[in-house]
Amino acid sequence: MTSLTSVKREIVLFSGLGLFLALIFFQMGTAFSLRMLIEAACYAIIALGLTIQWGYAGLFNTGIMGFIAVGGFFTVLISFPVNDKFWNSDGPAELGVVGLYLLAGIAITWAVSKSHRFGFPKKLVTFLTVLTFAISYLVVISALEPAADKIESGAGFIGGLGLPVFAGWIIGALGAGVVAYYVGRICLGLRSDYLAIATLGIAEIIKAVFKNADWLTQGTLTVSPLPWPVPTPNDIGFVAARAGYLTVTAIIVVVILFFLQRAYNAPWGRMMRAIRDNEVSSSAMGKDVNKRRLEIFILGCMLMGLGGAALVTSTRIFDPSGFLPLNHTFLIWVMVILGGSGNNLGAIFGAIFVYIIWTISEPMAILIFEAVKVYGNDWFGWQAPSDLMARALQMRVFVIGLTITLVLRYAPQGVLPEKVIHHG
Amino acid sequence: MSAGITVSSVSKLFGGIRAVNNCSLEVEAGSVTGLIGPNGAGKTTLFNMVAGAFAPTSGQIFFDGEDITGLPSNVLFGKGLLRTFQIAHEFSNMTAFENLMMVPGDQPGENIITACFRPSLVRDRETEIKARANEVIDFLSIAHIKNELAGNLSGGQKKLLELGRTMMVDAKTVLLDEVAAGVNRTLLQNLTDNIQRMNRELGYTFFVIEHDMDMIAKLCDPVIVMAQGTVMTTGHIDEIRANPKVIEAYFGSPPKQGAA
Amino acid sequence: MNELIFFFNKVIVAGSVIGSIYAMGAIGVTLVFAILRFAHFAHADLMTLGAFFSYILVVAFPELGGFVGLPTGFVVLPVAMVLTAIFAIGLDKTFYKPLRDKNVKPVVIVIASVGVTLMIQGVIRLFAGTTSRNFFSVDGVAGKDIFRIKLPFEAASRKIFITEPQILLFIFLILAVGLLHYFLTRTRLGKAMRAMSDNPDLARVSGINTNVVVWTTWIIAGGLAAAAGTLLSMDVILKPDLSFNILLPIFAAAIVGGVGQPYGAIAGGFVVGFAETLSVFNWAILLRPFRDSIPEWIELPSKIAFVPTEYKIIVPFVLLIAILVWKPTGIFKGKVL
Repeated sequence: MTSLTSVKREIVLFSGLGLFLALIFFQMGTAFSLRMLIEAACYAIIALGLTIQWGYAGLFNTGIMGFIAVGGFFTVLISFPVNDKFWNSDGPAELGVVGLYLLAGIAITWAVSKSHRFGFPKKLVTFLTVLTFAISYLVVISALEPAADKIESGAGFIGGLGLPVFAGWIIGALGAGVVAYYVGRICLGLRSDYLAIATLGIAEIIKAVFKNADWLTQGTLTVSPLPWPVPTPNDIGFVAARAGYLTVTAIIVVVILFFLQRAYNAPWGRMMRAIRDNEVSSSAMGKDVNKRRLEIFILGCMLMGLGGAALVTSTRIFDPSGFLPLNHTFLIWVMVILGGSGNNLGAIFGAIFVYIIWTISEPMAILIFEAVKVYGNDWFGWQAPSDLMARALQMRVFVIGLTITLVLRYAPQGVLPEKVIHHG
Repeated sequence: MSAGITVSSVSKLFGGIRAVNNCSLEVEAGSVTGLIGPNGAGKTTLFNMVAGAFAPTSGQIFFDGEDITGLPSNVLFGKGLLRTFQIAHEFSNMTAFENLMMVPGDQPGENIITACFRPSLVRDRETEIKARANEVIDFLSIAHIKNELAGNLSGGQKKLLELGRTMMVDAKTVLLDEVAAGVNRTLLQNLTDNIQRMNRELGYTFFVIEHDMDMIAKLCDPVIVMAQGTVMTTGHIDEIRANPKVIEAYFGSPPKQGAA
Repeated sequence: MNELIFFFNKVIVAGSVIGSIYAMGAIGVTLVFAILRFAHFAHADLMTLGAFFSYILVVAFPELGGFVGLPTGFVVLPVAMVLTAIFAIGLDKTFYKPLRDKNVKPVVIVIASVGVTLMIQGVIRLFAGTTSRNFFSVDGVAGKDIFRIKLPFEAASRKIFITEPQILLFIFLILAVGLLHYFLTRTRLGKAMRAMSDNPDLARVSGINTNVVVWTTWIIAGGLAAAAGTLLSMDVILKPDLSFNILLPIFAAAIVGGVGQPYGAIAGGFVVGFAETLSVFNWAILLRPFRDSIPEWIELPSKIAFVPTEYKIIVPFVLLIAILVWKPTGIFKGKVL
């Protein structure tokens, strides 16, 4: 495929997308379409994170939901207004004590794990390490619980820090990166299946923590309204506010795209292509394969954290129960596979296109099933079950699954295959 | 510029199998040393340990006076000890030129922060590397395949490319793993000539595993013979060829007198 | 004494029940890992599907259980197993085999199985809605038999609590394991499976019909999945999202036991099951009888549990991570894929 045909393909696809968008604007109204586009842009950032993990390094990350949640959490922590009740109570001091226990526990466990230097046999060291870990864990938990209960019954939750929203987004990205570092250190050396299972589990744990740690996140009571980096709809109306938000996210997408393309065309991209091509040879030629894979994993997860932060802020609610593997992991996989893994423009196209389809599938499914209900009754005397509409929405699940399998079978490269530019 | 390898009482056990058994040998700096032996002698296992693929069960390996036992291949690369592969391990989806360009280890462009934010720094180093790559291409006379995808090259050309990769850095010693395998006669002559030139003109040390006796004869002095996991004898190729023990190791004991 | 009975009910019985379920699911997963070399994400949904097949049969023929004196759900189970097995073979033929033939990386097949999961989930929810259903609330089906066993000790006012479906579950597991053992060790096909699991290329070259082995794998995996799903739903309740919550523990069980080792999967299932029940158990209860003997200055917290109940899902996962870090080959030394 020459670069001319691939440019033509891009133009055709994006023009088609533009037309599609125009249709939606016309049919569903500006306010609705703007909101859809904002979320699509956030998903585009997340999809960029996944496409570099999958496309450049072949990493199968099914824990996207978790990194989105981490990004969202930090944006709440940083940008939500300060909860004076919390800061005026014993809460901060007690949490500080728990933190000290935690640090002490980590330090002692670490020290015990290194005690083999003093000549202790390895099995004894392992046993002692596990024992110290268990004891430290129990101590920290038993200190945390009463502190958490007090906070929950008194101040509600720890609240935020009242800092600018952008700071929250950046910390969200960094936080996701830190989590990615530890996950990667443990799991990246093993085969992709294991990484998939492990990341799936991590995401569930993160969600469980956010859902149940009411002192931290208000759990199922949710936190809202989250502040916006631009004036909110309350201030200047839906259309103008959303247009402002969209501008912000669109700029972020463009900036990320610019730097990713630059990195890809630089020796960094060449090295990644070499590692992907032949790991053994790359190692023989001096490249530290494990370090590079970890690097890409962290980078991708940081983007997911950033996109997640922007997404959560846009909805103005932090609701841990609202994070669903379908919406926040597998949907993004469809975006990347359909759009073209390893192609940044493809990821953006896939994100916008799939998200539009996902959004309008809700009203469309209801339309279709209404028709089915009416015609079914008229023609066959069929009585629809009372929850037919709820079931209609489940059709989306089926369609997503079908899309994944069809694309994998017939167009595994996606609509915009990777564009390799050879140096020299 | 080049450096020697010392293998000291190295053994390798795979479960109950002793693939390498208390083996000691020297590869002198500046030489082209051959390593031969019948199948199962442990040559490849020893070779892989020197190359950093895995660690010995016991014993030590020294390179340029430094203990490198158990160090992985990418670290050895940094120390100037490189290896090639019996089945050429090229980067098939990259051009021959890119195959050369990816080798140098100190590329600021490989750091993602630098790649994104300091393009001029990256560009300067790229120009240097391109110049070096072109020199290598000229040395090996492979300009005509410069922009071909490496996966499309012939076996011999891939081997040449591998040699070229070792020339992209200031390597001291190169381990050649059956470089003649899968290469046609004409190109083989080309390969041998280039190895000799690299040794004489650039001072590279070569440690060569080979089954092709003609190539060994043309290229290597001394030749080390391994059998049953350890070194049997060392010497010039003519002595080796005439050595009855070596013949026995390869072909088994001579038939008894009087057999039909 | 009562505390011990409580412990028995909450930990031993509950742990065995969930452990058996995990074990049956894990056997299927580990076989698919071994023969087809990929992680079958859709396995948990196969379990849900099997449970739904059973449920439909129960609704259609509620009286069947009465004839034999067993719950109807259990009586129709063999049919559901067959249906699920056929479905699994169909899945393979339609979705996985074409990808295998194209020699894609195993990860791609895993992604395809994710797609399959979503499709099965969508279809189930479309036809069955999102409400819960009870195997014993169907018209014409007898209620659940619950056995309350009283121990002959005076201090034991509490009873041991076990239900008929749970007993049937254990019996079924033992039967299934016995049959599986016989199959793998005594029959030609079973040995062919073990050969293929060790070295597929050699197996093919030795004249083993790999297609038959693949089908057998899916039959066993699908059948056991149906059984596990049905028996679990009979123990608790039938929900469409039954599946996703068990997927992770089942994978953990398979990996802990050693990938590719069916007996490992069984062991792994019980390890994970007991780990769950042990870690959420309130150990303070066991210390209650000794309240009086403990010096006054030690204050016993009212609740000592390793993991609060809401975080139960963490347990299989932590086990999984621990095994991956310390002993990736698992208990029974399976493959590290």
